[in-house]
Amino acid sequence: MSGIDLRPIAHLARLRFKDEELKVFEAQVNDILKLVNQLAEVPVEGVEPTSHPLALKNVFREDQPSPSLPIEEFLKASPRTRGRFFEVPKIIENTK
Amino acid sequence: MSLSEKTAFELSELYRKKECTQEDVLKDLGIAVKAKDRDARRIHAYIQPESIRPRELKKSAASRLSGIPIAVKDNICVEGEEITCASKILKGFISPYNATVVQKLLNVGAVIFGRTNMDEFAFGSSCETSVYGPTRNPRDPERVPGGSSGGSAASVADHTAIAALGSDTGGSIRQPASFCGVVGMKPTYGRVSRYGLVAFASSLDQIGPITKDVRDSALLLGVIAGHDPKDSTSADLPVPDYLACLGQSIKGMKVGILADDNKEGLNPLVRASVKEEAQNTLRKLGVEIKEISLPHMKYAVSVYYIVAPSEASSNLARFDGVRYGFRDPKAASVLDLYENTRGEGFGAEAKRRIILGTYSLSSGYYDAYYLKAMKVRTKIKQDFDKAFKEVDAIMMPTSPSVAFKLGEKTQNPLEMYLSDIYTISANLAGIPAISIPCGIDGTHGKSLPIGLQFLGKPFDEGTLYKLAHAFEQNTDFHRKLGNVK
Repeated sequence: MSGIDLRPIAHLARLRFKDEELKVFEAQVNDILKLVNQLAEVPVEGVEPTSHPLALKNVFREDQPSPSLPIEEFLKASPRTRGRFFEVPKIIENTK
Repeated sequence: MSLSEKTAFELSELYRKKECTQEDVLKDLGIAVKAKDRDARRIHAYIQPESIRPRELKKSAASRLSGIPIAVKDNICVEGEEITCASKILKGFISPYNATVVQKLLNVGAVIFGRTNMDEFAFGSSCETSVYGPTRNPRDPERVPGGSSGGSAASVADHTAIAALGSDTGGSIRQPASFCGVVGMKPTYGRVSRYGLVAFASSLDQIGPITKDVRDSALLLGVIAGHDPKDSTSADLPVPDYLACLGQSIKGMKVGILADDNKEGLNPLVRASVKEEAQNTLRKLGVEIKEISLPHMKYAVSVYYIVAPSEASSNLARFDGVRYGFRDPKAASVLDLYENTRGEGFGAEAKRRIILGTYSLSSGYYDAYYLKAMKVRTKIKQDFDKAFKEVDAIMMPTSPSVAFKLGEKTQNPLEMYLSDIYTISANLAGIPAISIPCGIDGTHGKSLPIGLQFLGKPFDEGTLYKLAHAFEQNTDFHRKLGNVK
């Protein structure tokens, strides 16, 4: 037994899994986490986290408008569109 | 001799002397691709070899890359061409613009030639997770070419490309270059614009060249490097003349080696090539070899497999079936649309990384995993900062082994991850690293290349080229392996 339940994580990640697929994943992820748990032995008190290798501050540019690609170029890539919009199933339920 | 067997630099000389034309080169390359990709054991370096349409913008007599065909990994955008990252979820997506690196190549007259195979979304070390099927290693088709830029490395080694672009998040340029016996450079984080590179892990990804020799690598990096207003993480620093670094004496340079060794995991032949022969070669050239220590490098795989999947899980949230690529057409609700599209569109390794990343970032685990990993990353970076006070570069193997067999590690993801042990820390620290051939393992009845890696100070690719070129010219593995004839 792996001891972790990935079903809620799969939901957070918006991934549909077959049950048997998830079982295999639970064992594999558990193995990986076992390795990763070695990080616990590293003392990190007072150590700043590195989220990014460069010492970058905010990068600003002049607020100059410049041409963008036409909307049609981007709509072409979508599997379903209507007019100038992407089409998706209804999001807001009819509560009446 | 087919013109496909030339390097970019050699072709530019032939063009200059008017001994061949771009059309001759494209014709020979076309013949080579057809010849190598015809049977079931095909190398499969290109995703769709039959639909390669060379793209060019203009000819420019001033540039050495003018008229030179360059293959491009399938995660780098070329305007008007399908880009899939070797994933079902992006099938059918035509890029509406050029990546900055592609635009820069086109601007100097280079020809964009074919899209190379890769691990899905660059998740992998073997090129086996591609939705199009695996690429094979031209040195031995029973073996993997490495990954994730396996198609780029294989095409260059197989002379179906003159040179190629890859991307490297944890070794994806260097490890396949090592397995295929070619030269792979991962530049400093920020050296090359990532605009138009499909993001995997944004604090680690870099684009770089895969070439037949060091000179071509220097030539290509000089063109693609530099600040780009479209990528706020690209560094606003001048790009040195890398070709001018070649041929310089390396006498008196200091190169660090690791004191403590990966004893159980390192193939003895790789150890002998890197630790004995390569060191002796450098000593003869006047290099001082110094023992250094990187005490936190042993945690690099653990840090990486938290940081990279966390960033990937966030970057890949955009693949939702709404704006591009594959979509489950039957979904009745938005939630079904997301879950079905992603469940069906992503392959197993992509799902594994998204799950692992989502887990590390989820409430209750963030501090123990993601935050902790970011702090240990700082320690890894500090180790390098300290080491580079004493040495000009560090050398180590690129991979603990030569190319492994297809299927050998697919059932055990952890084992696959551990094979990245030598490449990952350069990405975590953001420093440049180059892999070059340093030996040949002939014990399996084939000539399997062994790779050596030089790691350098941030933005000091020039020193790496100086070292790598001197090593190459004095060992000649680029000729022994047939990269240069």
